[in-house]
Amino acid sequence: MALDEIKIGGLGASRRRVEDNRFIRGKGNYIDDIALPGMLHMEILRSPLAHARIRSIDVSAAWAIPGVRMVLTGEMLAARNLAWMPTLSYDTQAVLATDKVRFQGQEVACVVADDPYIAKDGCEAIVVDYEPLPPIVNPSQAKAPDAPLIRDDKTGQDSNVVFDWEVGDREGTDRAFAGADVVSAIEMHYPRSHPSPIEACGSIADFNRATSKLTVYMTTQAPHIIRAAVALVAELPEHMIRIVSPDLGGGFGNKVPVYPGYVVSILASILLECPVKWIEDKSGNLISTGFGRDIYLKGEMALRSDGRMLGVRMHTDSDHGAFFSDAQPSKFKIGLMHSAFSCYDIPTAHLTAQGVYTNKAPGGVAYRCSFRVTEAMYFQERMVQAAAADLGMDQAEFRRINLVRDDDFPHRTPWGFLTDSGQYQKCLDLGLEAIGYEDFLAQKEEARQRGRLLGIGISTMTEPLGAGNSREYDILGIKMFDSAELKVHMTGKALLRTGAKTQGQGHETTWAQIVAHELGIPAEDVLVEEGDTDTAPFGMGTYASRSTPVAGAAVAMVSRKIRAKARKIAAHLLEVSEEDIEWELGRFSVRGAPDRGVTIQECAIAAYSNMPDGMEPGLENNAYYDPPNLTWPFACYIATVEVDPETGVWDVLRVVAVDDCGVRINPMIVEGQIMGGLTEAYAMANMQFITFDEDGNCIGSNYMDYLLPTAWETPGFELHEVVTPCPHHPIGAKGIGECATVGGPAAFVNAVIDAIGDAGVRNIDMPLLPDRVYEAITQGHDISGAPPVKTEP
Amino acid sequence: MSTLFEEVPPSFGDDVPVRRLELTVNGERRAADVEPRLLLAHLLRNGFRLTGTHTGCDTTNCGACTVLYDGVPVKSCTMFAVQADGHEILTVEGLATASELHPIQEGFKDEHGLQCGFCTPGMMLSAKALLEENPNPTEDEIRWALSGNLCRCTGYQNIVKAVMWAAEKLGGGTAGSDEAGEEG
Repeated sequence: MALDEIKIGGLGASRRRVEDNRFIRGKGNYIDDIALPGMLHMEILRSPLAHARIRSIDVSAAWAIPGVRMVLTGEMLAARNLAWMPTLSYDTQAVLATDKVRFQGQEVACVVADDPYIAKDGCEAIVVDYEPLPPIVNPSQAKAPDAPLIRDDKTGQDSNVVFDWEVGDREGTDRAFAGADVVSAIEMHYPRSHPSPIEACGSIADFNRATSKLTVYMTTQAPHIIRAAVALVAELPEHMIRIVSPDLGGGFGNKVPVYPGYVVSILASILLECPVKWIEDKSGNLISTGFGRDIYLKGEMALRSDGRMLGVRMHTDSDHGAFFSDAQPSKFKIGLMHSAFSCYDIPTAHLTAQGVYTNKAPGGVAYRCSFRVTEAMYFQERMVQAAAADLGMDQAEFRRINLVRDDDFPHRTPWGFLTDSGQYQKCLDLGLEAIGYEDFLAQKEEARQRGRLLGIGISTMTEPLGAGNSREYDILGIKMFDSAELKVHMTGKALLRTGAKTQGQGHETTWAQIVAHELGIPAEDVLVEEGDTDTAPFGMGTYASRSTPVAGAAVAMVSRKIRAKARKIAAHLLEVSEEDIEWELGRFSVRGAPDRGVTIQECAIAAYSNMPDGMEPGLENNAYYDPPNLTWPFACYIATVEVDPETGVWDVLRVVAVDDCGVRINPMIVEGQIMGGLTEAYAMANMQFITFDEDGNCIGSNYMDYLLPTAWETPGFELHEVVTPCPHHPIGAKGIGECATVGGPAAFVNAVIDAIGDAGVRNIDMPLLPDRVYEAITQGHDISGAPPVKTEP
Repeated sequence: MSTLFEEVPPSFGDDVPVRRLELTVNGERRAADVEPRLLLAHLLRNGFRLTGTHTGCDTTNCGACTVLYDGVPVKSCTMFAVQADGHEILTVEGLATASELHPIQEGFKDEHGLQCGFCTPGMMLSAKALLEENPNPTEDEIRWALSGNLCRCTGYQNIVKAVMWAAEKLGGGTAGSDEAGEEG
């Protein structure tokens, strides 16, 4: 009798989460919950100015406070060649400032003390003498001929430009535009936003003076990359470093980079020979750690009068802050921006990109995003709406004409990616039907007669999730594969470890489901562990929706290796040749004699007690998985809104989401990911952004200024699904965690622009704050959200 | 383990006034000597090692540090420990009994009302206070009652469902039996 896969918690089971058992009891083990004997506490003193030369730092008063054990400055670090560290994008970043401060919130000094309150007292007592310099807060200022040089520390850096980059077919695109009936153009700013997990960052460095081994408990989404980075930065042997990423209170990309606090806590622990804990406060997290977005996008689309898209030109100006620390594949300077328009059948495209330094915190982390695809898809869907309007076409019909058709796969995208699967039209149709498209258009027209503004916004997109393959994707040269290790014990219980790192995605639950699917071992018999580099196999971690596409695939592959060995054991136990063995979930049987069989658990005990002659004992293995391609989920998000013309306030009426992420391992968890993503999409469209004043002061350094949606504002979501299995993933799954954050914002913005269509407004930059919408309605012009620039009096 | 060694809190300087306070935490009488500036969240977490109360934002916005103070939800990161002198505090560790979970805890698990779990303790305590005052809340009432607790993972929809699940269970309803997972 075959096992019931759902009953054993296999593929497709909405299995309740294993990790919840500790979280709902308050027994999670987050970084600040860890206390080691003799542990000291570290606090960071940050710069109040965006750009200033450091004249002097006086730390004597801090040393005088009872309980202060160490005060560290950039000068001390420089003596150990540690004042600067490499970033994930081949740049350098100051650990503690030596020469000048380059953004508000930059790390200037650290105090280590008996308790965190005393460490804060110590920071208060440090006196820094700054000589203010003119701050640069946006790309146009950075590129001005007389702009002050931010990175005067870098030899050969004679401007504030970080990179110039291009991709695509310039001549082909020029030809497409020359032959166009209509050219549609749009430009916009995607504002700086912070991933802002509720838990900020932190570390506990524990240098063991007896063994010289360094253990670092750390809020990281990518523990193995950190281990390599620590080995390089601190010049410690890699086998003497252990990174442990405990339970993470959210990540969203914020916990990928290496931050100065980690580095200084490690140095302090080595110098003091005791554990040193650094827990970042929220303000420190918001003003100094990895931002996302902050990019100016402009472009145009060549169109035929019948609505076919012929070509696209794009240009981006990205603001990276003071240090280029984007966490992204090294080949692509502006991430996967050139994955824009991948769902549409467009023959040619060209992208130019320029990145600049500014006096802002280093940005460019992939905030719930696969390396700039959030910006790419936002631009794409805003462009599509504008083009439909220019053509006088219905926005749904315009998409339908241009979406890649089911029989066109594999499909070469305008910038050369290869998409492999999808049912785009079906998703669009399902979305339109669910929202009641025709009825809503009628309702909208009727409302308009009565002075009410209703709008509908559509966003359709496919995005590249799950880097690598290793030919194209690496970080600092390390190929973006991932890994799994499975140990089946003799009683049939199993231990699974991967190179990924869960932050709420529920790996402890879903990875066990993949093992259950492949081996028939009940999911509850599989313990999943991640995050400890001493025990987990080497992997690149969790971000860019790569866990299921890469590590999840490795889980399936290692399970198959185990099954292949178990099959040999089964043949031995059943005294038949291996070719005569058949597999059904959880059990091998003799071909033609299904009653003669052994379970996977019986094979497991035999692997330790009765293996065939010549076979290595044990039932353990590992797999390193290098995916042949990215996975390409598709989504259609539709929002309807009502805008109040008197105030500019807009309310969401309905949100319909159709997601095709291939095979769903745990549908409950997948839906949770989609709803979380939609909420962040709504947040960015409505309220969530971090801006700066003309002096470079960060406006948004706490949750009173940086607005996150609560349960009260957040709309309800109606979810639908289409399943097109990924052709190359072992179980047909695609990434999902970021789809809604990537595709969602355009649905909301398109809906508001649609609602105020009569005003003749093409674009309002996010977030669509009431004053911006009101100004657009009453003044009839586009609204830029670019930060203000100080003009000389 | 040696009985001769007792771990003591960092020594207070001579000029630091120390205040003795007594309070009830999760039904147990506790006493502590604290600096007046010590925050309640830090007393619970570091003094009593009740680390289920999380500090998220330090500014009373995120609600991860929510505890019940004489039954009323408060944000313990912006209350001094001394303000709890003589009062009763309930933290997440006090929700379940030794043998069974509180229905709110069950609801959060069954409705997938949490992902990273960091906001969950505060969220559940706010929900508890709501259900004690209003055993049959509407969706809007739940959303309003939880609007002082931020969640970055779930989008709130499943949190609302979790509270409704608990409300039904507490009211003797049969919620949760229709599509329960395969595993407790």
